[in-house]
Amino acid sequence: MGQSDNLKSYLSERKNSLAKRQRAAMIMTHVVCGYPSFEDNWKELEVMEEFGVDLVELQFPFSEPSADGPLFVKANQEAIKNGVRVQDCFDFMSKVTAHFSFKVVMMGYFNTIFKTGQRTFLERLKGAGGYGFIVPDLPIEEAGELHGIAKEMGLSPVVLMTPTNSDQRLAELAQTADGFVYTVARKGVTGSNTDMDSELAEFIARCKQFTDVPLAVGFGVSHAHDIEFIGQHADIAVIGTAALKAWETGKEQGLRDFFTQLLH
Amino acid sequence: MDLFDFTEGREGYYGEYGGTFLPEILHTTIEELKTEFRKAKDDPSFWQEFIELMQSYSGRPTPVTHLANLSKKLGGAQIYIKREDLNHTGSHKINNVMGQGLLVKRMGKTRVIAETGAGQHGYATATMAARFGFQSKIYMGAVDVARQRPNVFWMENMGSEVIAVKDGQQTLKDAINECLRDWVTNMDNTHYVLGTACGPHPFPEMVSWFQSIIGKEARAQMLERAGKLPDRVFACVGGGSNAIGLFQGFMDDNDTQLVGCEAGGFGPGKGNHAARLAYKDASVGVAQGMKTYFLQNDDGNMLHTHSVAAGLDYIGVNPVLVHLWEKSRVRFEAVTDAQVTEALKLAMRTEGVIPALESSHGFAQAILEAEQMSKDEVVLINMSGRGDKDIFTIADALGDEHWKTFIRQKAEEYGPE
Repeated sequence: MGQSDNLKSYLSERKNSLAKRQRAAMIMTHVVCGYPSFEDNWKELEVMEEFGVDLVELQFPFSEPSADGPLFVKANQEAIKNGVRVQDCFDFMSKVTAHFSFKVVMMGYFNTIFKTGQRTFLERLKGAGGYGFIVPDLPIEEAGELHGIAKEMGLSPVVLMTPTNSDQRLAELAQTADGFVYTVARKGVTGSNTDMDSELAEFIARCKQFTDVPLAVGFGVSHAHDIEFIGQHADIAVIGTAALKAWETGKEQGLRDFFTQLLH
Repeated sequence: MDLFDFTEGREGYYGEYGGTFLPEILHTTIEELKTEFRKAKDDPSFWQEFIELMQSYSGRPTPVTHLANLSKKLGGAQIYIKREDLNHTGSHKINNVMGQGLLVKRMGKTRVIAETGAGQHGYATATMAARFGFQSKIYMGAVDVARQRPNVFWMENMGSEVIAVKDGQQTLKDAINECLRDWVTNMDNTHYVLGTACGPHPFPEMVSWFQSIIGKEARAQMLERAGKLPDRVFACVGGGSNAIGLFQGFMDDNDTQLVGCEAGGFGPGKGNHAARLAYKDASVGVAQGMKTYFLQNDDGNMLHTHSVAAGLDYIGVNPVLVHLWEKSRVRFEAVTDAQVTEALKLAMRTEGVIPALESSHGFAQAILEAEQMSKDEVVLINMSGRGDKDIFTIADALGDEHWKTFIRQKAEEYGPE
């Protein structure tokens, strides 16, 4: 693996090695910090590393996760109930980025960042080895300060593009896009099923008209054919709820079985 | 002062507060709402249609009533109340809901969703949906469902589906989160009827606008009834819609003090109350679509809140009111559960009015201050809702033995399931 110090060059290297790795698309997985526990998180990440995951979103738990579906809502709330603090998440991130080869982005809600202080938060993120951040409740109009600081520090603010956006809006979003763009495959919250169909392909094609950065496709990815589909049309498959379900059902073995059917 | 005359690039901001913090998937929906709302606000026939609807359907204008007995008993200022309790469905919530209903019709949507705390907003929304022929789903925290069954009963009987939200603290904020989740899925045919002057722009402005009907009426009524403008105006503040509705009528009357009365619950100390501004336990944050003061910890996670009044039991507060508080135009006070019960008893015994537990916060603070004021001074309280719906909670608070006996008998009558 190369010595990339930013998301853009890292993803470009990973993309170039897809054929060699016999992978249809790059893979980004998701872990809610401290749910069920940091020990469990670590074991999940070990399985993810085994399967050559490219990127991991570490979600910082928030008490009002309004963009998340039921499973992640529960995960956020349980983590907070277990006493998980923002500093614990950064400490964990430091250990993760020192140990594993995949790269890490922070995922969470804006209040966590705002309350910590935008500059302080990004300094800690950088210090913990994070490469970027995804904040689903921060629209670009409100993101000027955060994105400005991120640019200074070489961190990537990941923006979301959605099927309800107009072309004009996609163009605006593309101006801010850095690292990769998280394209939302459908309406709704995390964890519901999506038909990987022509409508989605059209939406991805529409996004591509406006940006050259890699496109991640999220929401409801759970089968090998989803990965094939994303590989044909976009760059990164986002695996969220399905992996957490597999972990809850069967721990390491459950997660291994899940990735085996998904990636082989 | 025009609170809603935004400067370039600061639309939806009141000083540092407000804004539109929503997931990208709702960008188009909220833009459409802003446009439709702007058109309606600029169209005098829309406001006329709204007024006529409120007259024929909800009994507006609601009167102001002079509480002569109570004033005499206290020996201070003359106390008047604005009777929002006399609206159809029993609170000021119907003003906002019917207004948004007219807007939904203009937008051509067919389904409405709403959050509710005390149940008054849910009840009003169910009523509006039945009247306009919309499908409706009401999200309500499971804790609130348990303490406000009578409102749930009416919502269901008017054809709404009521969902008991079991996430988080199972109160108002969790119901709002659940509405946002529904909205990101169903925005094509669905309008989110937000119940208070909170959330993302344009809701604070829109709800304030519909509720301004209270202040417009009240100012004219006070001049006629009391022969002068009130020296002080009191309103309870949960999200803040009845307060901003009444206060707008007196915004330019600089001699009229505006007093927001928050839920002091058990008193100061994190987790004991829902007073964002009167106590020092809240700080600025961004959640539920807006930037404002929240009761939160150092990590930005929300604290537990408590109030005897479900409708005031909320973590955040109307950003317009925060701005007015910083400019010293609105003063904030907190009233404890114990004070509220006493004020309610006094209102019932001396005047035969039953303010809702929420509205009783305004009564309690006004009673405290009126006593110290002179006889030729005048105060106005917003009686934002009626207390009949709180019969279970009030009976508990008063420890009413006859009521308990009745409930036991009723339970026996129904027998086991």
